[in-house]
Amino acid sequence: MKKLFILLFSFLTITAHAASSEGGEFRPGDMITHHIADDYSWHFADGVVLYLPVVLIDNGQFVSFSSSNFYDENHNLVPYRGYKMEHGHIYKVNEAGEPIEGYKGLYDISITKNVASMFVSVALLFFVFFSIAGSYKKNAGKAPRGMQSFFEPIIIFIRDEIAKANIGPKYERYMPYLLTIFFFIWFNNLLGLMPGGANLTGNIAVTLVLAAMTLLITVFSGNKSYWGHIFATPGVPKWLAPIMIPVELIGIFTKPFSLMVRLFANITAGHIIILSLFSLIFIFQSIAVGPLSVAFATFMNFLELFVALLQAYIFTLLSAMYFGGAVEEHDHVDDMGHGDAH
Amino acid sequence: MELVTPGFGLIFWQLVTFLIVLFLLTKFAWKPIMNALRERETSIEHALSAAEKAKLEMQGLKAENEKLLAEARMERDKILKEASDAGNAIVESAKNKANEEGARMIAQAREAIENEKRAALAEVKNLAAALSVDIAERILRKELSDPQAQQALAQDYIREVTLN
Repeated sequence: MKKLFILLFSFLTITAHAASSEGGEFRPGDMITHHIADDYSWHFADGVVLYLPVVLIDNGQFVSFSSSNFYDENHNLVPYRGYKMEHGHIYKVNEAGEPIEGYKGLYDISITKNVASMFVSVALLFFVFFSIAGSYKKNAGKAPRGMQSFFEPIIIFIRDEIAKANIGPKYERYMPYLLTIFFFIWFNNLLGLMPGGANLTGNIAVTLVLAAMTLLITVFSGNKSYWGHIFATPGVPKWLAPIMIPVELIGIFTKPFSLMVRLFANITAGHIIILSLFSLIFIFQSIAVGPLSVAFATFMNFLELFVALLQAYIFTLLSAMYFGGAVEEHDHVDDMGHGDAH
Repeated sequence: MELVTPGFGLIFWQLVTFLIVLFLLTKFAWKPIMNALRERETSIEHALSAAEKAKLEMQGLKAENEKLLAEARMERDKILKEASDAGNAIVESAKNKANEEGARMIAQAREAIENEKRAALAEVKNLAAALSVDIAERILRKELSDPQAQQALAQDYIREVTLN
């Protein structure tokens, strides 16, 4: 395990170095943005590049080719089959090689670095949890073993402390979703910390989808008292309804919005801090800064390992709380208006 | 701004992948795992309550055993006491009987002795009588073999008679 971490940090340093050596002058902002943003190829280390497939839907037609076609032998960007990559995006170009402004109908569903990383995480999730499910079948009714005994307390924690505690008796329906988002986020957070890993959970598109799922599940499982609270908040005078209803409706969306931003910001910030610490070496252009940078970055990496778990937990916990709010039976609805009488 | 603009491609893949993952994990991982956990928990609960029941049963059995043991002990004491009483009674009666028998035998012996004595005395008397008669006869025969003596005796008798 220790060796793995050492390997991890050494790789991280190498990639940082690789980014800096590309241009003449070192620009930490560009390097960091490049590392955090999505890409059409996967740089594991300097010279070790995996060109990922580009998949485009151009007016209903599928176009697919390797992203290596966008580079010539001198690593300069060139147009290919009427498309060109600029600033990490693919544009339709005219004969002169200029991007066509306002071109509609081009959808980019390329297997980017983030998508590829997600596939890796999914393969890992499948491997881990299918084998765990298998061992539950194999030694049914017996004490857990190996990987099973590592994940079982986590699964039980999610069930007892997150689902049961926040949702109540109907928790069982939400368990698959809660377990899936928890392990999806956690695994991807950890993979993002790996050397050359993609910043998947620090990408707003990913957190947007996850938050939208929570929103949809919350809205569709909302019972009478949930909607009652939104459209006729108990204890609020009727004439306040024109203010209260929009506020409550906005509240439906702000909750998942906060989920989206929280996960995105936490993971991205962690990556930025670690990359910034490494950038210091190149900004000062001194090897003496190295040990200090590495020490801080090591500390940050450990913190990030914790944050990886914490953010997965928070996302799952808050989702469970929103579900709980949607399915809760408000028996006390009637007294809420007379709360001060008690 | 680039950082906070969600890309269409990633949204698409994330949605598709996540839904597939959710479906497959639910079907092949979470359901079996949750069921296994629930089953194990209920079996543990059952085992615990069964153990508790067994413990109570054991306690009941133990109390019963102790009761039985106490009863057995009492029974034994009673039997021992009865046996010793019976033994004592037998010894007592045997003693009495022996005494009685002894007394009876002594009495019998005494009676027999008395009878023997009486018979012996009677025999002695008869013998004495016969001897006396015999002696007398012999004396008389010897005395009276001589006519003078017969005369003298007759004289004596006559004298005696006259004197009386």
